[in-house]
Amino acid sequence: MKVKVISRSTDEFTRERSQDLQKVFHNYDPNLRTQEKAVEYTRALNAAKLDKIFARPFIGAMDGHVDAVSCMAKNPNHLKGIFSGSMDGDIRLWDIATRTTVRQFPGHQGAVRGLTASTDGDVLISCGTDCTVRLWKVPVLKMMDFSDSMEDALKPLAVYVWKHAFWAVDHQWDGNLFATAGAQVDIWDHDRSEPVNTFEWGKDTVISVRFNPGEPDVLATSAREADTCFVYIQTKTNAICWNPMEPMNFTAANEDCNCYSYDARKLDEAKVVHRDHVSAVMDIDYSPTGREFVTGSYDRTVRIFKYNGDHSREIYHTKRMQRVFCVKYSCDGSYVISGSDDTNLRLWKAQASEQLGVLLPREQKKQEYLDAVKERYEHLPEVKRIVRHRHLPKPIYKAAALRRTMMEAERKKDERRRAHSAPGSMPVQPFRKRRIIKEVE
Amino acid sequence: MVAKQESEQLMPAAEQDISDELELKAKKYLRGDGANLEVLRDKKLKGQLTVREKLYGQSAKAAAKAEKWLLPSEEGYLEAEGLEKTWHIKQESIIREVDVISSRKPFDMILPELGPYTLEYTSSGRYMLVGGRKGHLAMIDMISMDLIKEFQVRETVRDVVFLQNEQFFAVAQKKYPYIYNRDGTEIHCLKEHGAPLKLQFLNKHFLLVSVNKFGHLHYQDVSTGEMIANYRTGLGRTAVMKANPFNAVIGLGHSGGKVTMWKPTSSKPLVTMLCHHGPVTAIAFHGGGHLMATAGMDRKIKLWDIRKFEVLHAYSGHAQSLDFSQKGLLAMANGSKVQIWRDSYGNQDYRPYMSHAMVKGYQVGKIAFRPYEDVLGIGHSMGVSSILIPGSGEPNFDTWVANPYETTKQRREKEVHALLDKLQPETIMLDPSKIGTVKPPRRKEKPTKKETESEMEAAIEAAKSITFKKKTKGRSKPSKQAKKKQDEVFKAKKPFLEQQMEERHAKKQRTTEAELPKSLQRFARQRA
Repeated sequence: MKVKVISRSTDEFTRERSQDLQKVFHNYDPNLRTQEKAVEYTRALNAAKLDKIFARPFIGAMDGHVDAVSCMAKNPNHLKGIFSGSMDGDIRLWDIATRTTVRQFPGHQGAVRGLTASTDGDVLISCGTDCTVRLWKVPVLKMMDFSDSMEDALKPLAVYVWKHAFWAVDHQWDGNLFATAGAQVDIWDHDRSEPVNTFEWGKDTVISVRFNPGEPDVLATSAREADTCFVYIQTKTNAICWNPMEPMNFTAANEDCNCYSYDARKLDEAKVVHRDHVSAVMDIDYSPTGREFVTGSYDRTVRIFKYNGDHSREIYHTKRMQRVFCVKYSCDGSYVISGSDDTNLRLWKAQASEQLGVLLPREQKKQEYLDAVKERYEHLPEVKRIVRHRHLPKPIYKAAALRRTMMEAERKKDERRRAHSAPGSMPVQPFRKRRIIKEVE
Repeated sequence: MVAKQESEQLMPAAEQDISDELELKAKKYLRGDGANLEVLRDKKLKGQLTVREKLYGQSAKAAAKAEKWLLPSEEGYLEAEGLEKTWHIKQESIIREVDVISSRKPFDMILPELGPYTLEYTSSGRYMLVGGRKGHLAMIDMISMDLIKEFQVRETVRDVVFLQNEQFFAVAQKKYPYIYNRDGTEIHCLKEHGAPLKLQFLNKHFLLVSVNKFGHLHYQDVSTGEMIANYRTGLGRTAVMKANPFNAVIGLGHSGGKVTMWKPTSSKPLVTMLCHHGPVTAIAFHGGGHLMATAGMDRKIKLWDIRKFEVLHAYSGHAQSLDFSQKGLLAMANGSKVQIWRDSYGNQDYRPYMSHAMVKGYQVGKIAFRPYEDVLGIGHSMGVSSILIPGSGEPNFDTWVANPYETTKQRREKEVHALLDKLQPETIMLDPSKIGTVKPPRRKEKPTKKETESEMEAAIEAAKSITFKKKTKGRSKPSKQAKKKQDEVFKAKKPFLEQQMEERHAKKQRTTEAELPKSLQRFARQRA
């Protein structure tokens, strides 16, 4: 007879001294964990609820401007500095960490309409309705003293006067050129007081210009009447932004409440139409990861979209925030900054319920697990309902409902018209294509 | 392809063996076969799912590889040598062979006065609760063999059950179930349940289930105190109840020979199956979720596949109590004898493995395997005993599932986690893996118009090609033949035409219904 039975000595399974860690044992046998799907589902549901509870995206407001904030620029070389320009000609450099103004750059006579920093972060370029382009030296942020060589900073490096008011400016990536937009698009060099090159398309005023992050010599512009240097959309496009990780794609923020993502190689249709705003989208900025972008709108909200999502992932609003004119994603992709009509810059978290600060590896792992189960069960009705729900201010809620009704009515009308016309005479065109009037080479 | 073959040839035999063994082990962690992705037409979905499946495969393989390091203990066994049979081996000879720690585990506790006894283990197998019919309750720490608390309630005790951990337990007493804590303090008297005969606790759901004298089934949430459900079984008094550990469905055995399965969210049983030609005396569920054992007064012990609700094997014999161990051994008690059966060949055909006879005259009332140990607890008319059953328990425990060496802090933490992950009563269903899956389309696909037309044409052709028997007296005149043929064609057409008519009629009705505005619908003619 051969016999063996399970026998455990307590010493083997418990710690020796009270200073030791407790001994733990794993057995991944599925039979020991029954109903694991139900447990996972419950965890997903709880995680979704907890996310809702901890969703506190607003970090703080930065006040100081005396007029509406019209434009902002990230400093590509400095994580916590951000430039903002306002309608009264004031330009400020903010420290995001302390939420204070570090430096002011006085000089513009009218509204500042465009701000940009060179790729090395040394030069700040501003332009405005006073027909000037100004180049400023960016002060080096030091920990303690903010007041060193104040005199130098007060004067711009250069002031170039030109013949029309400016609407936007953008600096080339890894180069010495920058482009301004106004009655025409001008390409400038840092050291020359006149544009190197000038482009003009029709009679339109160009209102935004962006250099491609991948190809330093390609830029996209948008004009008042119709849009982007290659595509004509029915309504005005307020801003455009290239996807930093997929530099052939760009997204245009449109006056018709939608954003349109295009592949620059295939412009006959939009790749995605991002719709959720209820008023004109004023500005757009991609996250450095290229997976998300943030938009600010005239409807007083900031929304975050997935790069391929047709509806927004997140909506930010506060009672006091007025129409948003400019938004920026921070260079580390974890914050969003919005500048609005109420003269304030607001700082938001990009993930509303994310815990700030350093997480323990244990906490990190737990968070990853919860995210994974949430993703796994997100299609189930209860989880979906909780994840999707957002409280909206009443005017926006009503405007969204109205917009839905209008679109539904339009769709129905179209359908009826099609039903009563000769077959094939009214081909169905997807919305992605419909808004485009003309494509020019 | 050629390179692959070569590499296979080059692989040494030993390595091949290792990889085969690994694959065999990984199968357990795969939780079933992967989905058939070939049928998918959506390329994007197919790509995504392929990645998913690959990940599942990898994780299963990783778990199988880690098994070697994570699962140090091996399961017990009992092997006979020569002509010896395992069921003839006595407990005494086993005790002589095993180590000192294990030899202390079997015992006989003679408690002649307050008997017959019932017993219950915690899910980690550390604590045992003993209840004597005449009101004797005791909790024992099975590792240190300490008596934690012993007290008398001076009332009939019919059943005992542990709640979420050893801190609380419920006792089915004469008139009501009571909840006590480990110090013996009465915490609650659950009057709503009535006089209970049997108790069960579903620890993932925090549900205390009782069946009372009148055959009423009660589900009470012990974390909130809410009475979740209260159903009449309508099949009379029963004291045979077991929870299926796989899906938390409650199985009841009735005096009419029926076994019913219940969940808290439906007032009718999920399943009613006629198992025996007499009262059901005992019922037990295998942890894997597809095997049930029942015993009846008709001298039958049956094994059921509860996925198909079919009997797998029927053995003759009586049993007052049945229990499956973690490793799938089946214990059955009859009179003073206990038999352990084993599925030796993996085909669910259970054969005798061990047997144990108590002192003659003892009546065994309840048997329960101790989790994570090779021990069977026996509650009988003269006290409580335990015997060694090699190979019955899972040798490796998981600290986060059930830890026999749990510290106070770990226990508290676990309780909080258990409450956070508490499952709702709705999650109890026959197939718990159904959660999160897609509902299949309910309707059968209708044949298209073209298909029905072609079918009709084929039928007509077949009717036309019929040749008639030659008949006399002018019954095979060409005119008669033609008429007959026409009749046949008409007959063949008829069902199709009728169906068409019906469809048209239904459509018409639907449209008339839809046409009426809501305010006028009340004047519409009511359909008979």
